[in-house]
Amino acid sequence: MSKIIEKEYFSEAVVRLVVEAPHIAKSRKAGHFVIVKTGEKGERIPLTIAAADVDKGTITLIIQKVGVTSTKICDLEVGDEITDVVGPLGLPTHIEKVGTVLASGGGVGVAPLLPIVEAFKEAGNRVITVLAARKKDLIILEEQMRDHSDEVIIMTDDGSYGKQGLVTNGMEEVILREKVDLAVTVGPAIMMKFATLLTGKYDIPTVASLNTLMVDGTGMCGACRVTVGGKTKFVCVDGPEFDAHEVDFDEMLLRLDSYKPSEAEAYESYLSNHPKSI
Amino acid sequence: MAEVPEYLKNEREQEWRLALRGSMKNKERTQLERVQMTEQDPNKRNGDFTEVNCGLTEKEARLEAQRCLDCVNPTCITGCPVGINIPKFIKKIEAGEFLDSARVLKETNTLPAVCGRVCPQEVQCEEACFYTQKLKKTPVAIGHLERFIADYEQSSGKMSVPDIPVKNGIKVASIGSGPAGLAFAGDMAKMGYDVTVFEALHEIGGVLKYGIPEFRLPNRIVDVEIDVLKKMGVKFVKNFIVGATASVEDLREEGFKAFMVGSGAGLPNFMHIPGENYIGIYSSNEYLTRVNLMNAADPEYDTPVISGKRVAVIGGGNTAMDAVRTSKRLGAERSMIIYRRSIEEMPARNEEIKHAQEEGVEFMNLHNPLEYYADENGRVCRMKVQKMELGEPDASGRRRPIPIEGSEFTMEVDTVVVSVGVSPNPLIPSSMKELEVSKWGTIIVNGDTMHSSVEGVFAGGDIVRGGATVILAMGDGRKAAEAMDQYLKN
Repeated sequence: MSKIIEKEYFSEAVVRLVVEAPHIAKSRKAGHFVIVKTGEKGERIPLTIAAADVDKGTITLIIQKVGVTSTKICDLEVGDEITDVVGPLGLPTHIEKVGTVLASGGGVGVAPLLPIVEAFKEAGNRVITVLAARKKDLIILEEQMRDHSDEVIIMTDDGSYGKQGLVTNGMEEVILREKVDLAVTVGPAIMMKFATLLTGKYDIPTVASLNTLMVDGTGMCGACRVTVGGKTKFVCVDGPEFDAHEVDFDEMLLRLDSYKPSEAEAYESYLSNHPKSI
Repeated sequence: MAEVPEYLKNEREQEWRLALRGSMKNKERTQLERVQMTEQDPNKRNGDFTEVNCGLTEKEARLEAQRCLDCVNPTCITGCPVGINIPKFIKKIEAGEFLDSARVLKETNTLPAVCGRVCPQEVQCEEACFYTQKLKKTPVAIGHLERFIADYEQSSGKMSVPDIPVKNGIKVASIGSGPAGLAFAGDMAKMGYDVTVFEALHEIGGVLKYGIPEFRLPNRIVDVEIDVLKKMGVKFVKNFIVGATASVEDLREEGFKAFMVGSGAGLPNFMHIPGENYIGIYSSNEYLTRVNLMNAADPEYDTPVISGKRVAVIGGGNTAMDAVRTSKRLGAERSMIIYRRSIEEMPARNEEIKHAQEEGVEFMNLHNPLEYYADENGRVCRMKVQKMELGEPDASGRRRPIPIEGSEFTMEVDTVVVSVGVSPNPLIPSSMKELEVSKWGTIIVNGDTMHSSVEGVFAGGDIVRGGATVILAMGDGRKAAEAMDQYLKN
């Protein structure tokens, strides 16, 4: 059981939770994630750790309501407990001084990107961060990103904040302007796919942090498998970060929709029984 | 033949044993037919998850117990990886002292209700039974009797908790709460140690919970046995991955003096053939975990599972049988085993194969998958298989399957479960750099003590063996406990 200490709404659908997890707070590194399950009948889902406070023994999770499980977690209040939180899982981000790092994040992918940006900055890199979302109120963690980046570029689909355009427009602007030694991309699979196509065009080494379906998160089931460089890899133990140019994003996109019909149905019925969650 | 230990000889000469032996002639005993355990009707049971085997009645158990000759040299004991005092517990049944019999079982076996259900007795105690060896008759149904006693005790409401000496205050840890860890924990607690069992998942029991289905081993049976361990003072910590949540070194700083790694063979193997990542293709671990641990078949639970009308399970082991029988229960019209050798070479227990056949599972032996095809949504819809024939024996001693050229054909499937073995989970080994592992990733231990290359770290079960049985893992756990006790005393 992990108690919720703080809760903040970034937008109607995006929530930040600070959760008691002293061991994880101490052991976690940039790139790590946890598996969370709420309720006895709940599902296990992976969530990336956005931040941790070793002294307070807490970790920060940022969750977007997209289905039954994420909504149940978002609906928990301060003082409530998350039934199960386990981690830290996955391999930590490989951090080194490479020169200029172009970080790109979309949607709640910005949350796991934050510790990665922090770590690259701390290692002495020049870090330029591109944050993208559909509209203004879906841009999250801007201030924290500014604290750890040399420059932050905001992109919105509708132009309601920052510049109008996709994440790739912001990235290309930087690539055309200066030499980029490494790109890091975290966000929806479709966004990472196009970010990777772009950096591929300019031969920029790129790392993507993948957020696939998982059950146990410890290598036991293989639900998270992806094809990287023609080989099957498990995101939970071999990742979550991979050489983005080797990732088969199309296969990943298909696999992410494995349960789409049943999930949509379950979500609809959940919302009709929990009108406050909408 | 090993010398019969003195205490066994003495016990055999006790009055009650002498009286029982004298009460019936051996000839009468050997003329009794082995009891047949009642099973649920195959056509009914394949529609739900209730247990297939119904257990023995008191009358059946006592009659079966009469078959046991209480041999001078009880070879059956040597056939048991945890060394259960078999004649003693059986003679207690014959005497009608069922709760006493349960105490005998629990002297050496932490999980009798589990072992009575899932042990391959036919290649262990029952194989070593005098009936099998010398009389060439069907052995005493030791497994059935073990289950009878364990169930009797569970339902009596008078579960005995083994005597625990005064705690010695020495903290030891089990990494993993599967059979190896639980057996280890039970023995260490009996020796007075302060035992904590760390489990990565949200449920205690490891493979007993996520792997073995309800129809073979109900979770409530496992929980009762875990409760006994709790009453013995064993502590359980869920959602804790040693090597990730905290390292062995961190735990040493918290006062743990020694460790037993029983983390299991975690990683499922795939065949790496085209299309294997299409939707609807699972590892048996994932398929069974969704159904057994996450209750995906129950609409009250949030976890989904894809289980279609035409299910192909690749492999011939016990896990493949569990998966294929599960698919039948989830509503498959055709549940098929696709196995590259013939039924004789199948590693699954005969009982599991028989149960699967009775339940309407189709066996496509001497077939091997080559490729999968998907519909426009990426969901598997067809597979290409090739017929095989058997050649000369290979390193495993089994006849090698050889593809028959030109025999390929495709068939419709909408769900595939790949059950071709597991590899050791790298989490623990990769968190302890100095830990010696084999080229397969299993932890290398001294076979007598289960001590690994790291001081105070012992290991057992599938993380050492690479993929074996519940009872062998339990045997390792017991061996590690004994050796750890010696290690800590020196």
